[in-house]
Amino acid sequence: MKLTPKSAPHTHSGNSISSVMLHVILALLPATLFGVYLFGLPALFIVILTITSCLLAEAIALYLACKAIKPHLLDGSAILTGLLLAMSLPPWAPWWIAVLGGFFAIIIGKQIFGGLGQNVFNPAMLARVALLISFPLEMTTWVDVHPMFSNSSPGFIESLKITFFGIPNLDEISSASLMGQVKTELTLNNSVSSTLLSVNYSPMSTSIGFISGSIGETSSILILLGGLYIMFKRIISWHIPFTMLLTIFLLAALFHFIDGDRYADPFFHILTGGVILGAFFIATDLVTSPNTKLGQIIFAIGIGIFVYIIRTWGGYPEGLGFAILLMNAMTPLIDHYIRPRIYGRDRNGNPIQLSEKSE
Amino acid sequence: MKLFRFRGGVHPKGYKELSSELAIEKFPLPKKLYIPLQQHIGEPAIPVVHIGQKVLKGDLLGHSYGKISAPVHASSSGTVIDITDFAAPHPSGLSLQTVVLQTDGLDKTAKSIIPLNPFDLTPHETAERVGAAGIVGLGGATFPSAVKLYEGVERKMDTLVINGGECEPFLTCDDRLMQERADNIVDGIRIMLHALKLDKAYVAIESNKPEALQAMTLAGKQYAPQIVIVKVPTRYPMGWDKQLVKILTGREVPAGKRSADLGVIVHNVATAYAIHEAIRYARPLVSRIVTISGDAVALPKNIEVRFGTLVSQLLDYVRINTPEYRLVMGGPMMGHALPHANLPVVKGCNGIIVLSQNIASSNTSQSCIRCSQCISACPVGLLPLEMMTRIKKGDYKSASEIGLKDCISCSSCSYVCPANIPLVHYFNFAKGELRDQQLNQTKNEKTKKLAQAKQFRLEQIEKEKKEAAAARKAQRAAAKAKKEALKAEKLQSKSESA
Repeated sequence: MKLTPKSAPHTHSGNSISSVMLHVILALLPATLFGVYLFGLPALFIVILTITSCLLAEAIALYLACKAIKPHLLDGSAILTGLLLAMSLPPWAPWWIAVLGGFFAIIIGKQIFGGLGQNVFNPAMLARVALLISFPLEMTTWVDVHPMFSNSSPGFIESLKITFFGIPNLDEISSASLMGQVKTELTLNNSVSSTLLSVNYSPMSTSIGFISGSIGETSSILILLGGLYIMFKRIISWHIPFTMLLTIFLLAALFHFIDGDRYADPFFHILTGGVILGAFFIATDLVTSPNTKLGQIIFAIGIGIFVYIIRTWGGYPEGLGFAILLMNAMTPLIDHYIRPRIYGRDRNGNPIQLSEKSE
Repeated sequence: MKLFRFRGGVHPKGYKELSSELAIEKFPLPKKLYIPLQQHIGEPAIPVVHIGQKVLKGDLLGHSYGKISAPVHASSSGTVIDITDFAAPHPSGLSLQTVVLQTDGLDKTAKSIIPLNPFDLTPHETAERVGAAGIVGLGGATFPSAVKLYEGVERKMDTLVINGGECEPFLTCDDRLMQERADNIVDGIRIMLHALKLDKAYVAIESNKPEALQAMTLAGKQYAPQIVIVKVPTRYPMGWDKQLVKILTGREVPAGKRSADLGVIVHNVATAYAIHEAIRYARPLVSRIVTISGDAVALPKNIEVRFGTLVSQLLDYVRINTPEYRLVMGGPMMGHALPHANLPVVKGCNGIIVLSQNIASSNTSQSCIRCSQCISACPVGLLPLEMMTRIKKGDYKSASEIGLKDCISCSSCSYVCPANIPLVHYFNFAKGELRDQQLNQTKNEKTKKLAQAKQFRLEQIEKEKKEAAAARKAQRAAAKAKKEALKAEKLQSKSESA
């Protein structure tokens, strides 16, 4: 018997959506595991809860849309969305933040647009921003570092209580994020450098990640390693992360140079608030970023500028989510105008002249 | 030599090692040959033999018809036992007029005159002989080679490019030809240079064929400034002629034009070899080297096959080791899947590739995740995912506006697509639909014109009829009036007389 005749090509690279998703998830695992280690079992519960809610929401949406459930669930995209969302949540967040976020990300962020590949906004970022706006208290309650297996780490029962019944003695163990603290102190006319001094800020410890923050955003080094891994796997290219980080760095350097007391130094901007995670894993979301390399560069510059503006002059201490969503909205426009030049044609699509010598 | 930059392309797994070390063999003479009268782009050949006629190897079976066409010759000696419709090597399995030859086993060659020196021939004579030998582009495009040579007679060209890219996976027929018959290829190139009145030929060979590069460099050495062997990077689709022109000359062929408009003529290495055979020895094109390979083939081969040999006979010869396979004529990237093996080998058949399920995966496609790998892979600079979306909506016109008509169907986009979307299938389908629409439109316009003409004609007839009727009426009235006048006159004269 013969295999059904098919159109060319008769061979394939073996690339698949699930392998793409799997590699990205793998790349995120070290940073996630580190976050779980830092903040104990409650953080693990949040990760599990978020991913499970994403899968559940996806299954329900697929069922309602009469689509095949199993192949879509197994493509890994819902797991990745859940993981990314969980990584951006406070480690000791209550269970309903995770569940609500998961459902919002998948149903409003993805399935309403028509499912995988159709959404305009990055689902994880959309859910994070929605949660931040709706529940500012829960979303900005940062616990101090409680490494697992240390005395301060909550036990299993205690952790369940934290996740499902709230954090006991909230004031004792919570602290503001670096970004938020700098912002608050600025309004009290305390300079950036004095604030950073008072919280023992050092670029070294922020890059390794022994600081309070979201589950997966604390260790810049692990995230960077993961990002380099998917870059090596050719899932993303250097264009978005590099351009975005460079833009933020240059802007921060410029303003820091103008007024060092008011504007934090560029390394502070790069290393805090999940910028590295955003640059390598969220801004590079295949679905919601532009198609061409030039378009991606424009997109990344836009994110960099918005991040800096919102952080520095906006009402929220953290601008990454908003910046990415804003540029997500610009993506169709960028894709409309930025296109590769077609062989034998000029940029406007007209045939080139016979005498012309290109490049 | 400095090469120019080019965009896109993919690196499919080559599988060339399956057959690149195997010397060219000759396929035994089959009992029957099924020789289609159209094995080229353009008009089919017109049969000049009749059933029962005895022919020798190289005898004309059908002459070319029209400007873009090619003749077809007998691949061996024997008797014409039928001229009938027979399945053509095409996915549709539709049939073509085919001469069925019962071979006599003698393989006797027709006597022919050998020219003294090919360099004494005028360009026109060379082109004529190449045309008469039935030579077409053997890279797979099967465009009549003589047409390209005549072009050099008509206008000034400046470069000859010989395509030894062979960028398709599995195929090694050109590789072997260059390794084993480099001198003859170089001779063919020199004949073409003479015919085109050129003094520059580039032979582009991909870097994954070191032996072929070495053999060709050795053979081309003594004609050094004229014939330059160029090592080009291994990247599919290196064999796309316009890409080669860009890489070698830095110039792009404008959309809607051909490389000849830039003064560049591109021929395949196998074509150069065929031209050498035709001009030096007056041997028409009756066979070619075919790579039979694929992971389902037990004994891969590079084998010289007469046109008209059935694919099924080749498969028996190399043995298929799996019950489930896909049969492809040409390479796996651009080749056609064949519906069955009861089809003849033709001039454009550079490979018969038999793939097992492992390679010929037919996984169902998923949603596009806009990863834009197709855009990076496209050598033309198109937006495959965007074109696909528009075609899916049935909006062929807007797909065409963003470049559908520039698509060369090289399959690079489909090859890399992680969602396994058959992008090229969409494009080919839409191209067909657009062609249909255009045909319909011209048909409609013609019909409209005819209808209008008919209307006008009918109106004219009606008008004439009316005019004639009016004239008759007037005549009648006049006659009547005259009669009455006469009558009245008579009456008057009567009464007067009374």
